[in-house]
Amino acid sequence: MKVLVPVKRVLDYNVKPRVKADGSGIDLANVKMSMNPFDEIAVEEAIRLKENGPVEEIVVVSIGEQKAQETLRTALAMGADRAILITSDDRVEPLGVAKLLAKVVEEESPDMVILGKQAIDDDNNQTGQMLAALLGWSQGTFASKVELGEGKATVTREVDGGLETDELKLPAIVTTDLRLNEPRYASLPNIMKAKSKPMATKTVADYGVDVTPRITVTNVSEPPKRTAGVKVADVDELVAKLKAMGVPA
Amino acid sequence: MKTLVWVEHDNKAVKDATLATVTAASKLGEVHLLVAGSGCQPVADAAAKIAGVAKVHLADDAAYEHALAENVAPLIVSLMDHHDAFVAPATTTGKNIAPRVAALLDVMQISDILSVEGEDSFTRPIYAGNAIATVKTSDAKKVITVRGTAFDKAEAEGGSAEIETVSGEGDKGLSRFVKADIASSDRPELTSAGIVVSGGRALQNAENFTKIIEPLADKLGAAVGASRAAVDAGYVPNDYQVGQTGKIVAPEIYIAVGISGAIQHLAGMKDSKTIIAINKDEDAPIFQVADIGLVADLYTAVPELTEKL
Repeated sequence: MKVLVPVKRVLDYNVKPRVKADGSGIDLANVKMSMNPFDEIAVEEAIRLKENGPVEEIVVVSIGEQKAQETLRTALAMGADRAILITSDDRVEPLGVAKLLAKVVEEESPDMVILGKQAIDDDNNQTGQMLAALLGWSQGTFASKVELGEGKATVTREVDGGLETDELKLPAIVTTDLRLNEPRYASLPNIMKAKSKPMATKTVADYGVDVTPRITVTNVSEPPKRTAGVKVADVDELVAKLKAMGVPA
Repeated sequence: MKTLVWVEHDNKAVKDATLATVTAASKLGEVHLLVAGSGCQPVADAAAKIAGVAKVHLADDAAYEHALAENVAPLIVSLMDHHDAFVAPATTTGKNIAPRVAALLDVMQISDILSVEGEDSFTRPIYAGNAIATVKTSDAKKVITVRGTAFDKAEAEGGSAEIETVSGEGDKGLSRFVKADIASSDRPELTSAGIVVSGGRALQNAENFTKIIEPLADKLGAAVGASRAAVDAGYVPNDYQVGQTGKIVAPEIYIAVGISGAIQHLAGMKDSKTIIAINKDEDAPIFQVADIGLVADLYTAVPELTEKL
């Protein structure tokens, strides 16, 4: 069984994003970039399904600038088998990414694609569902548990109000939520080993897919700021403030 | 413009998330609703009474009972011949279905909108709400999800829309609902409650959460939330989590107890009208956004507050 894991290079989640003064976007010059945390969970899940289940090969793929190869090397160091880098200097939207991934799926014929539920830069939460639509596959979004069976996968999903379990016919798309697993750190020997794992480099043009953006970002601004209010001295003062607001009703 | 709004429901009643979505859709044009479910006529009847709704499409089929995206997306796509925008609440149901619809229509979805700036222009949060993007779409048809806390709720009564029965392809045979473990509670729903009391890591364990947070919530008729730290530590189930990766809330009053105020938590509650923070650490970041702060040990202050209210 083969699993495809798409990964995205994003601003590291520990770095506070800075809005550019001209409103054109977020300043990404000279800041730490890392693998999207939800994608790390996807890589980890694929590795676990290989270690404890029927998965034999894990292929990771990333679409982005040349530097996305670092993100792919990280995935290889964690335990993926080989990588495909599809370079693009322009922004590719989830719909375009899904179209490219559909082409990769055609070539690679995986039994499952596992990807993060959203990237922490654009917060779109679309690519997995779009890929499922384009392929006509089942989708298990926001997964907190994945079990593989004969021709099917049972996926527990984090939904509003609790958990939902669905059975998916394979091949299937799974998108990861936070509690699916805790990704491992790559060990130094594995980081060294990853350098010799195969990585194919392609360009968007190789796939013959139109990925022209449909959405233009006309402005990026800081959200309205809240300012600190007052500190109360004790519980009695807090009770008085609440009662002044009509609480409890 | 004619919009088609996804009605969030449990086959018995319309969920509140629908009402804010109706308000967002009404800024684009005529509002039609889709009630897809099984045995859900009562939902359609209630939906027809929502103020400002022109028409309700009712698709009643066992295949739609659990709103599986594989089954409902083709139904929505077939209705989009006669609608210009599909608008869904940014709930887990909406987020699951809408992108599938968008890709089938060859449309780039606009996720989690905060405002409608024009018929092609919207604002939406990026980078966990650390920035707000204004975006303009060139797609002829639109697929949009709506952040519920950013729009007023439409009136649940006052309308009298006609109900039209529609049907789709039914079960596509790709997926099957197995079970749901949905916490049942007498408390209000977290995302629509007027008051939310949330606890953080300082609660130390599940027992303290029950003993300290819940009585205050009950006294106030409030929903109970938690920080990611408290959820990850297992004090409460994951659906309590308030934050960028959990639920986005904007109640009248938000009471943060023993929560330091990590960016990821603030992103989920900073639009609350009044924020009250109780924390032992006077330098905790939560005090920078709180309207009323109390520097105190929660183990004494919260029970005292519960008693004196």
